[in-house]
Amino acid sequence: MSQITRPPEDTPVLAAPVRVSEASGRGRSISRFKQRLTPYGFLTPTGVLLVILMVTPIIMVISYSLLDGVITNKNPAFVGFENYAEVLTNPVFFDAVRNTLVFTVSSVVVHFAIGLAFALMLNSPLLGDRIKGLFRVLYILPWLFTVAIVAVLWRLLLSPNGVVNYLLGAFGVTDGQTEWLASTSTALAAVTFINIWSGYPFFMISLLAGLQGIPRELYEAARVDGAGAFKQFRHVTLPQLRPIIISMALLDFIWTTQQFALIWMTTGGGPIAATEVLSTFTYKLAFTRYDFSVASAAAVLVLLMSMVLAFFYVRHQKARD
Amino acid sequence: MSKGAYVGRFIAVTGAAALALTGCSGAQETGGGTADGDAAEGGEVTIEFSQWWEPELPDGEFRALMDQFEEENPGITVELLSGPYASTKEQVVAGAAAGTMSDVVGLDGAWVSDFAQQGAIADLSALMEEVGYDDSELASQVQIDGATYMIPVVNFVYPMFTNDTLLAEAGVTAPPATRTEFAEAAAAVTTGDTYGWVLPLSLEAPNGIQNDVMSWVWASGGSMLEDGQPALVDNPDVASATEFVQGMWEDGVIAPGSFTMKEQDKVEEFTNGRVGMMIDSLAHVNLIRESNPDLQFSISAIPAEDGYEDERGIPYASWGIGVAENSEHQEEAFKLVEFLMSESVNSELSSIANAFPGNVGSVPDFVEEDELFGTAFEIYQSGFPANEFTGLPVAEQLMRDFGEEFQRALDGQQSMEDALAAAQTKWEQEF
Repeated sequence: MSQITRPPEDTPVLAAPVRVSEASGRGRSISRFKQRLTPYGFLTPTGVLLVILMVTPIIMVISYSLLDGVITNKNPAFVGFENYAEVLTNPVFFDAVRNTLVFTVSSVVVHFAIGLAFALMLNSPLLGDRIKGLFRVLYILPWLFTVAIVAVLWRLLLSPNGVVNYLLGAFGVTDGQTEWLASTSTALAAVTFINIWSGYPFFMISLLAGLQGIPRELYEAARVDGAGAFKQFRHVTLPQLRPIIISMALLDFIWTTQQFALIWMTTGGGPIAATEVLSTFTYKLAFTRYDFSVASAAAVLVLLMSMVLAFFYVRHQKARD
Repeated sequence: MSKGAYVGRFIAVTGAAALALTGCSGAQETGGGTADGDAAEGGEVTIEFSQWWEPELPDGEFRALMDQFEEENPGITVELLSGPYASTKEQVVAGAAAGTMSDVVGLDGAWVSDFAQQGAIADLSALMEEVGYDDSELASQVQIDGATYMIPVVNFVYPMFTNDTLLAEAGVTAPPATRTEFAEAAAAVTTGDTYGWVLPLSLEAPNGIQNDVMSWVWASGGSMLEDGQPALVDNPDVASATEFVQGMWEDGVIAPGSFTMKEQDKVEEFTNGRVGMMIDSLAHVNLIRESNPDLQFSISAIPAEDGYEDERGIPYASWGIGVAENSEHQEEAFKLVEFLMSESVNSELSSIANAFPGNVGSVPDFVEEDELFGTAFEIYQSGFPANEFTGLPVAEQLMRDFGEEFQRALDGQQSMEDALAAAQTKWEQEF
């Protein structure tokens, strides 16, 4: 049922409907405007935090890198790219770049290899649940220690009078007198080993989660096609883990290039410059030479290098999405 | 790709990459600003005192001294900002940069030159004159261009420690007094399980260059400076001391691991009876006794060059004190300095810190109560405190520069002569 009310004859017929439509139009546009603003409202707290915690420090460090004697000088002068030239003409900087690359690439590759091996073991149907639980706890232990504990622990273990030398000497592998962290020939390998030891669980846990997510049907189909264990690993496991492996590798690469505390607390960048990496190089410029401008220039160069990696990481993530 | 997508990608890349920058610049943000002295309200003044001393003293002892100061100086309250040495340093550096340094600051001699040049710490000579303070009681003052910027409150000297048992077993009946005797004793003690000497050369904490290398120069009356400028080249005192150390290295009498060894590792090696001799701070005597009560050890002066008969320099480290240039309460701040440097309070502080006093008239309790400290005090009084790194610009970096070149020489990558020349070049750049 419907009811139609005719307007009185002397009432302008179109006036009222026009006012209604204007009001409702305004309402709709306000509502549309609010709707468009809502997501930005939700983003605002994050945006503010990003500006305060990320953008501001980055801009400050970039501006410091263009000034002379910043912080220690009350009126620093603009010097353009002089600080960058100073960093790029310092031979120790290139030692640090080389050491950082060796340290990082070795760490990421071995993190991946050990992480994958242990993840495959923990995902294997050949082991019982209790054994798996025990190994899961044992394997993840290195990740639970803070860097300071890891550094102290390994300094003691690798000391010339430490347990490692004792065992190697007792089994006749070495003469038991190796100065692992104090010799220019072994120091970089030693700190890389420590970093590998403390970081592989990150890969292991991520890859284990990935392995547990691979559908059983894929392995069954591969078996039906006559694929053995190796072919199943090559044609099913690895392709299924590929997105996780790439993400983890890129993240690990970025994090490892920034490793500072472990190296500082074990070798301090020495002996001589055998373990000098970009982070220790930058720290020394800032906090022992108080040359914050040159240190900022070095930090910006590290930022640029990391941005290349970050770009690939973001592109990869976007491709996944 | 749409414009929005580009913007999104830029933000994501910048955010991810910012991890790198914050990683490198994070340390700059540490420390935190220390507020300036609180404004007086109703005649009350609060002064801030940032230092690393309180945590290193027995619980409550330093606060008790501050309570005593507050009682003697009504209207002045002392707020202690205490932390470990490293974080105090960062805090003071940040405070100096931001102009928010505490009114009174604990200082290490190695920092003074930089802070003075920065204009962050006050000229104490002017302050002393202003308040009519008699500085004749002060054992030493750290000066830059003739003006005092730091007063050492207590001093920790670095004599030679000898493991009596190891030396006796090796047929050495008395602590060595000359370099030749030291080398012979070190060789006699070295067996493969034990070593004659321990030399920490870590580049993270390069103070081994000051305490364990340059101490040989100072003990024979030598100097690494000439008219306040580096003098490492053509300097027979420095050359003979570094060649002496190199000789010990080549003889294999130095405990392994030197290149990354820190002071605490050195103390541990000695405490565990693995080395016969070390040069170390007197502050570690109690630690060694607590860690190994059975260890029989003595303290003596650092051996000098054969035939050297004059006064011996003995390295030291200080708990120094200074006043912030931008403090609104410099007068009150200096009252605290005066209080800590007064004869009785300085005796008390040096007693609880196991250190030697900065006031010439003060005598700490332990000197009379403990034979070992008594001997150390005699050594201290018979020689002169020597630390040429105090007051130099970027002193820690100078030690690190020298340490790198010294390590190269010991590692056989260059001669000691070249190492000294390279260190000299680096030092000249810093000066």
